[in-house]
Amino acid sequence: MILVDLIIILMLGGFLSWIVSKWSALAARWIAFVAVVIDFILTLILWLGGGSHVNILTRGQWIRDFQLKWIPELGVSFHLALDGLSLVMIALTLFIGGLSILVSWKEIRERIGFFHFNILWLLAGILGVFLSMDLLLFYFFWEVMLVPMFFILGIWGYENRKFASIKFFLFTQLSGLLMLIAILGLYFVHGHQTGTYTFDYFALLETSIPGKLAFWLMCGFLIAFVVKLPALPFHSWLPDAYTQSPTAGSVILAGLMSKTAAYGMLRFVLPLFPDAARTIAPLAILLGVAGILYGAKMAYAQKDLKRLVAFSSLSHMGFIMVGIFSSQALAYQGTVLEMVTHGISISALFIIAGALKARTGTRDMSEMGGFWKQMPAMGGITLIFVLASLGLPGLGNFIAEFLILAGAFQSSVLWAVLATVGLISSMIYSLVILQRIFHGQPQKEGKLVDFSAREFIIMACLIIVIFWLGFFPQKVISTVSPVFDKLEQQMNVSFSPGQRLLQGASEGQVSPEDALRLNRGEPSIVYLRTNTKGGARW
Amino acid sequence: MIQVSMHLELLLAAILFLLGLIGVLVRRNILFVLMSAEIMLNAAGLAFVVAGAHWMQAEGQVMFIFILAMAAAEVSVGLALILQMHRQHKTVDTRVLNQLKDDPVPPVKELTEIQEEVNS
Amino acid sequence: MDIFNLLWLIPALPLCSFLILAIFGSKLSGRAVAIIGCATVGLAALLTIWMGITFLTAPPAGNFYQQTLWVWLNTGGFSPSIALYLDPLSLIFIFVVTFVGFLIHWYSSEFMQGDEGYARFFAYMNLFIFSMLTLVLANNLLLLYLGWEGVGLCSFLLIGFWYRDPVNSYAARKAFIVTRIGDTAMIIGLFLLLSSFNTLNIAEILTKAPGVWSPGSSRAFWAAILLLGGALGKSAQLPLQTWLPDAMAGPTPVSALIHAATMVTAGVYLIARTHVLFELAPVVQLLVAIIGAATLVVAGFSALAQKDIKRVLAYSTISQIGYMFLALGVGAWSAAIFHFMIHAFFKALLFLGAGAVILAMDHEHDMFKMGGLRKKMPVVFWTFLFGSGALAALPLITAGFYSKDQILFFTMASVKGSIWLWLAGIVGAFITSVYTFRMVFVTFFGEQKMQVHYHAKNCIKIPLIILGILSLIAGFIELPHAWGNFAPFSDFLNGALPQVQLISGMESREIILEVITAIIALVGVYAAWVFFLKKPQLAYRFKTAGAGKGIYRFFFEGWMFDRLYDLIFVRPIVWLSKIDRRDFVDRIYGGIGQLNMVLNKSFSRTQNGLLRWYLFGVAFGAALLLTIILFL
Repeated sequence: MILVDLIIILMLGGFLSWIVSKWSALAARWIAFVAVVIDFILTLILWLGGGSHVNILTRGQWIRDFQLKWIPELGVSFHLALDGLSLVMIALTLFIGGLSILVSWKEIRERIGFFHFNILWLLAGILGVFLSMDLLLFYFFWEVMLVPMFFILGIWGYENRKFASIKFFLFTQLSGLLMLIAILGLYFVHGHQTGTYTFDYFALLETSIPGKLAFWLMCGFLIAFVVKLPALPFHSWLPDAYTQSPTAGSVILAGLMSKTAAYGMLRFVLPLFPDAARTIAPLAILLGVAGILYGAKMAYAQKDLKRLVAFSSLSHMGFIMVGIFSSQALAYQGTVLEMVTHGISISALFIIAGALKARTGTRDMSEMGGFWKQMPAMGGITLIFVLASLGLPGLGNFIAEFLILAGAFQSSVLWAVLATVGLISSMIYSLVILQRIFHGQPQKEGKLVDFSAREFIIMACLIIVIFWLGFFPQKVISTVSPVFDKLEQQMNVSFSPGQRLLQGASEGQVSPEDALRLNRGEPSIVYLRTNTKGGARW
Repeated sequence: MIQVSMHLELLLAAILFLLGLIGVLVRRNILFVLMSAEIMLNAAGLAFVVAGAHWMQAEGQVMFIFILAMAAAEVSVGLALILQMHRQHKTVDTRVLNQLKDDPVPPVKELTEIQEEVNS
Repeated sequence: MDIFNLLWLIPALPLCSFLILAIFGSKLSGRAVAIIGCATVGLAALLTIWMGITFLTAPPAGNFYQQTLWVWLNTGGFSPSIALYLDPLSLIFIFVVTFVGFLIHWYSSEFMQGDEGYARFFAYMNLFIFSMLTLVLANNLLLLYLGWEGVGLCSFLLIGFWYRDPVNSYAARKAFIVTRIGDTAMIIGLFLLLSSFNTLNIAEILTKAPGVWSPGSSRAFWAAILLLGGALGKSAQLPLQTWLPDAMAGPTPVSALIHAATMVTAGVYLIARTHVLFELAPVVQLLVAIIGAATLVVAGFSALAQKDIKRVLAYSTISQIGYMFLALGVGAWSAAIFHFMIHAFFKALLFLGAGAVILAMDHEHDMFKMGGLRKKMPVVFWTFLFGSGALAALPLITAGFYSKDQILFFTMASVKGSIWLWLAGIVGAFITSVYTFRMVFVTFFGEQKMQVHYHAKNCIKIPLIILGILSLIAGFIELPHAWGNFAPFSDFLNGALPQVQLISGMESREIILEVITAIIALVGVYAAWVFFLKKPQLAYRFKTAGAGKGIYRFFFEGWMFDRLYDLIFVRPIVWLSKIDRRDFVDRIYGGIGQLNMVLNKSFSRTQNGLLRWYLFGVAFGAALLLTIILFL
């Protein structure tokens, strides 16, 4: 029941905030903020209090499960469930969501009630996406998420907001429709095979789909997610939307909505279509690596600060693509960590960009410079997040990228090496942020005020979390790892041990004789050795 | 009674219809356009009567009466509209009354120009 | 109580100080900042010395001590810890880092007086000490990498410390990016090690590796060469050496601490620490020696042509680290570490002395505008002379002689050595003493050209004197083999590093080699005296006329490496980012949009509001349909 409460609190809070805003703008802000904080505390209670639940995940799989009949004639149910992965993502959502309301405290001055209504409904939609275990329900929340974002972008955005919001809407809506087709396709295939028509995730997991069809259905899902992520050839909406939206919108877009896509790939694409996903993995990794490098290159070429940060996000999303399709437990862990840490660091950078825009009235970095003297605290904090973005050890992003790349290295050396080169390029554009804005000769005449107390609180929260993830990532890892043990098994299930070893032999890890012996079904010491090394690798 | 071949009768209907159509297409005065439309309706009616007579069916005449009724209704509405048009636009020339055309689209360049401004 | 339990305090103290200064620095007085910044490092140094004495008198079991603070992460059997590992090798490094670091902090408390970023400076310096200690104390490569990147960051921050000047920012960025290229190679090496051993614990890898990889196997080769890449970047060896001369844009104490004594030797530490891997890849080890030899010659010639006193020292640092690499390459592990320690003393001394001179000359770096400072700044002159003597390896009385002589001897005598490497070393030694004493003569002798603006206080003098004394006497803890076999330093290190294998019969020739080295050094000093003090017109004529001019220019610009890299890397990248600024992918989608608008425009032209056109369309369409239905 608590899962529904989480969503309902946000939706009701949104209505309440809208209504109250007629009398008091401040009250509307507080209501929205408190609603998110309550949700966040509930989630933390689930996480910390439910520690024992999390540990038995390997057996029970779900921490919380909630099911209601919705449209039984069509096999649609209102099914929410929580496992370690969802838990981490929800905690992130509410954390960033709360901060995004704080960020808008001074920035949003028009239609305050409606703004907070949109923010809360957007967060509710994101929570729903992370919790749904019914595919139609998932699609429903996927679309719920889209509309408030469209309004936030279109009403409170910057100068070119209409263009950006329509572009954003077209891209995500069209790709969403492809996913709907794929969901329906899956539904009918399953119904045709078993006679029971249902959208339930677990029932659909057992569908055996003929190869070609599976591939196309997977493409439907994959395109929706890749557009939302976004990865390389579908990123066209990203710079416009990220740049034009108000700070809170950019934060949620980059910090949270892109994560729903990564989540969708982990939750749906890989488990539902393991074989098809394996077929497309080389292409996906290629796109990921290309995205890393191309995003970095584009980021370096930008003058607009928010656009630069937007392209850096494209670059980091490349790491997520590589992580997801590497089919290695290490890489999966890294992907989740990257989702969380990127959510934190990109939010911080957008908040800083917003703060700079509020003080200087521009996003153009060529009009900035030498701000360190007047705003040392902002400079120092920017430094921290710039370093996070370039993957400095000690900050969460490093652990994430290290795990992803280490995992990728085990599945494909070449791509891993190319992706690692991205670390150099990420450094080039990251340093540009710091040096163009804070170093050099002072550019702006007049007084620039450093961070206010409210902004300090926001930044302190983000800094603490990014360092916590850098030095103590184990809490997150142990929460999500049961989910991935299973996933990795699923992904590698159709590799027979022998094939796997033959592959190993070609890479020089295992001697060819051992591999051949094992392939003929003979026992071998190597089998044991490799098996204990990799844990549940097969 | 002279038996006339149905072909000739239908040909007459077709000629009438074409005359009406040409009238609709080439006349500028909307009053004449309306009259030409009436001619086309009557041509269709004639075709119905011919067909009814040929197959000895009453439906032909029924349809003709139906068309007559419809034409009367149509003319009354049409004339009323023409009257209003004349009052509002001081003309009954169809070339002037072209306000249902599509608004000119914004030139294609405009959006990209905005983009350029943002980018630069 | 076991003193080793306090090991965590050594990095924690500077970290605390960093946090205090970073958060409250702007509110503290300059004096408080200096006390916090120096005292924590001083305490760490005291702790280290205490620990070192304990280690010598009562070594812990197995000759190492390990302290696990917490498990960093644990996934699928891969579980690196935040754990510290103390053995003779890391002990020597933390001793140098904390002790020399403390002296430099003390010195900077005066040197940086009155700078508006005083607290920021000490915060960065403390963060650097913390990162460097983490680097050398790490028990696994992931934690080592944390320290490794941390020192890179501090180097970036401190080179660009005076951020107003874009030149400094550029130099900082260059240093960070060039070293990052090496770091990227290194982290790929880490992936390789991780996928081969499923651990990054250094001790575990070193014990497992010989069992899994045969000497010369391709994986060992790649692992070693990738780690070498990291070491090359950090230690400014060929071909990644270009960042170090520009790094002199930072304040002088920074150059002394980071770009001479400690950080740039991290590469030496890494190779020594993972020596087993290099022994498994003999090709790479030979490469280490060749790179070292090439670097020491290249950098030596460049130093000879510099005018900026700090750039002379920067090139000489590159060159001296080349000697360390040479030693590593021939398997003389402890000789490399010995030279590292001695080098840290005398090079820190030289930089600090140069800093005092620069301060006195009102921030003038060009040594040809100085001159005759011998009388005006006696303390600085004498200590600088001691340091220069050590750098030039003047025989018997300086520490540099003992450390460099040992390397040269092993280069010849080790089974992995060769006469060619030795020759390169000898050429380097000659150039070293020439450029060193060129610097001394030009700066301190001759006629005085500028007024002395500033006279060193005790905060500056005492560190100079301590380091000066060490530059003279520290060599006596490792005497040449032929001299009664008194070598406590390498005996101590042998607990962590293997001994060098000598070609039999070479030991008898040691004395001859020593005499050659000594003569070479003295001849170098004489040459410097002739060319730069007695008849400076000789040198002047050479560098202004004909071929000499070109050669001078070539050396002055560091063998044109910067121009080369600018041409083949920087420009293409900048060009690449300039083209396609508008994102061609976006243009494709924009093209779809435009296509739709064009179609819209052309179709909406048919909707012209003229009734007759519509009717014509209807009639024509009907006729067409009828025709099709009836006749086709």
